[in-house]
Amino acid sequence: MGNVPSAVKHCLSYQQLLREHLWIGDSVAGTLDPAQESSQLSGLPEYVKIVEVGPRDGLQNEKVIVPTDIKIEFINQLSQTGLSVIEVTSFVSSRWVPQMADHSEVMRGIHQYPGVRYPVLTPNLQGFHRAVAAGATEISVFGAASESFSKKNINCSIEESMGKFEEVVKSAKHMNIPVRGYVSCALGCPYEGSITPQKVTEVSKRLYGMGCYEISLGDTIGVGTPGSMKRMLESVMKEIPSGALAVHCHDTYGQALANILMALQMGINVVDSAVSGLGGCPYAKGASGNVATEDLVYMLNGLGLNTGVNLYKVMEAGDFICKAVNKTTNSKVAQASFNA
Amino acid sequence: MFRPDGFLSLPCTVSTSSMGTLPKQVKIVEVGPRDGLQNEKNIVPTAVKIKLIDMLSEAGLPVIEATSFVSPKWVPQMADHTEVLKGIQKFPGINYPVLTPNFKGFEAAVAAGAKEVAIFGAASELFTRKNVNCSIEESFQRFDVILKAARAAGIAVRGYVSCVLGCPYEGKISPAKVVEVTKKLYSMGCYEISLGDTIGVGTPGVMKDMLSAVMHEVPLAALAVHCHDTYGQALANTLMALQMGVSVVDSSVAGLGGCPYAQGASGNLATEDLIYMLAGLGIHTGVNLQKLLEAGNFICQALNRKSSSKVAQATCKL
Repeated sequence: MGNVPSAVKHCLSYQQLLREHLWIGDSVAGTLDPAQESSQLSGLPEYVKIVEVGPRDGLQNEKVIVPTDIKIEFINQLSQTGLSVIEVTSFVSSRWVPQMADHSEVMRGIHQYPGVRYPVLTPNLQGFHRAVAAGATEISVFGAASESFSKKNINCSIEESMGKFEEVVKSAKHMNIPVRGYVSCALGCPYEGSITPQKVTEVSKRLYGMGCYEISLGDTIGVGTPGSMKRMLESVMKEIPSGALAVHCHDTYGQALANILMALQMGINVVDSAVSGLGGCPYAKGASGNVATEDLVYMLNGLGLNTGVNLYKVMEAGDFICKAVNKTTNSKVAQASFNA
Repeated sequence: MFRPDGFLSLPCTVSTSSMGTLPKQVKIVEVGPRDGLQNEKNIVPTAVKIKLIDMLSEAGLPVIEATSFVSPKWVPQMADHTEVLKGIQKFPGINYPVLTPNFKGFEAAVAAGAKEVAIFGAASELFTRKNVNCSIEESFQRFDVILKAARAAGIAVRGYVSCVLGCPYEGKISPAKVVEVTKKLYSMGCYEISLGDTIGVGTPGVMKDMLSAVMHEVPLAALAVHCHDTYGQALANTLMALQMGVSVVDSSVAGLGGCPYAQGASGNLATEDLIYMLAGLGIHTGVNLQKLLEAGNFICQALNRKSSSKVAQATCKL
């Protein structure tokens, strides 16, 4: 780099510097130093649960089909980072999502660490039964706040999809299996454009009412900004307790962390992310996908919030999967830390 | 100052955040042609630099940092500073500040037609020594010479404070130190102080702490933030600054510039991504996003690199 002053080359090992000053590193309850505590913003939750969706939402949008054993190794690595929820796979028809064709093998092949939960997506009753047979103990169902998106994505109206989900939730309740609900297009739809907060509230309320313990509100195409995030959450929080809500932000327009900050300020304390920012966006070619777990953890650490997640181990898992899919990471923290 | 045309039409309600009222207008200081290009490996021909700046002017940016009157020995990319400043179209209502690290640079800038200059301080003693080979106190003495001359010539001076949220040599920087340096530059005559997270290590909490301290001593309207996106935190940090009432933000088209302290890392906050957020928040900037995207596309092709702007990546059809 021709313009780099020679002084820079004498600079202390940068990573070491950062570790020493706790900008990145372990976030373990009770070990914050006074300086970090003072940087805690008032009004923010003390603990944030991160739901890692890399192996499912991330890989699902990757072109390269990842071998089963790589997926299993990836999830096993993630299990050792301190992440408490890792979405493993999707019991969807392989015709629609070839990447997830090995769902049963992956579910059976991973090591299930104590204290870590491994939900799987189940779009319908058939998928649900397969998931249970493969050892799943938690599932997710995927609704949308947009009629057009619902029709194009799962070939039925919102009302019809709710009917299918009720069947799944009923069976799951019967077997004491917790169900997480997703609401796509919470801040905008690739077909309908803007989506009203009222519609998001309506769909979220349905899912919560039928028995989903948590609703993940997804900015599927990443078009949201902190203002639209705030308006949407204000509406939903009138009907659903904030403790039962999560945000799932895509970084398609670089807005994810700013939107997440707004959500935290509103009292949300569950955030979905994908290691390495895996996944593109099927609606905007060349665009990025999920918010990167590394960058999220970096921000939460800096805010003095507890996550239980070891950033270095997450970066290692990210490095592993990026090599496996042969692409560079979308995480800025990883880009800054690993020499290019 | 703000051009009325080309405002991105998105839902236009000014929202109040839970942390305070956001400003209705934000002035964007475009630093791509200077801070951005300065950190790019490939040397950009003078004609390309001039065209970039002209395209940025067309996009409606109210302030465009054109170049740096620094010795080409240190920053070869800026060797053509005089030709660039003389060659660009000066749109009415748009300011074209240039960096002047010392009195010699200041004189050359004035001779080349500069009407506004910028000087660069730091909140870190070690960084100052390594970067400009003197102490913070000595750097103030050098600035004083420039400020006196600028005042006499009716030239406005913007002050920069580097390392406000962390230093690659000293590590953590206390807000008190940032206040000290900022206050000094302001009292010496800088009309505006841009607070820079030079290595992008900051997060919203430390941004808030630093700004709270500085705001006690320097008027809010005289403050700007300059966030680097090295760790992906720039937009979140900028949002926090806006919530604190800051209404001037520095950014770089296409997120130009790497980071000399972290190989492979990204550099400045991308202007396109910033505009996207501000437009979504209903905050007026006067910038035409479409024309800005064109300028970004132009310079990325010239540099033979991909844009670092996510908005550009999402909008460009590959």
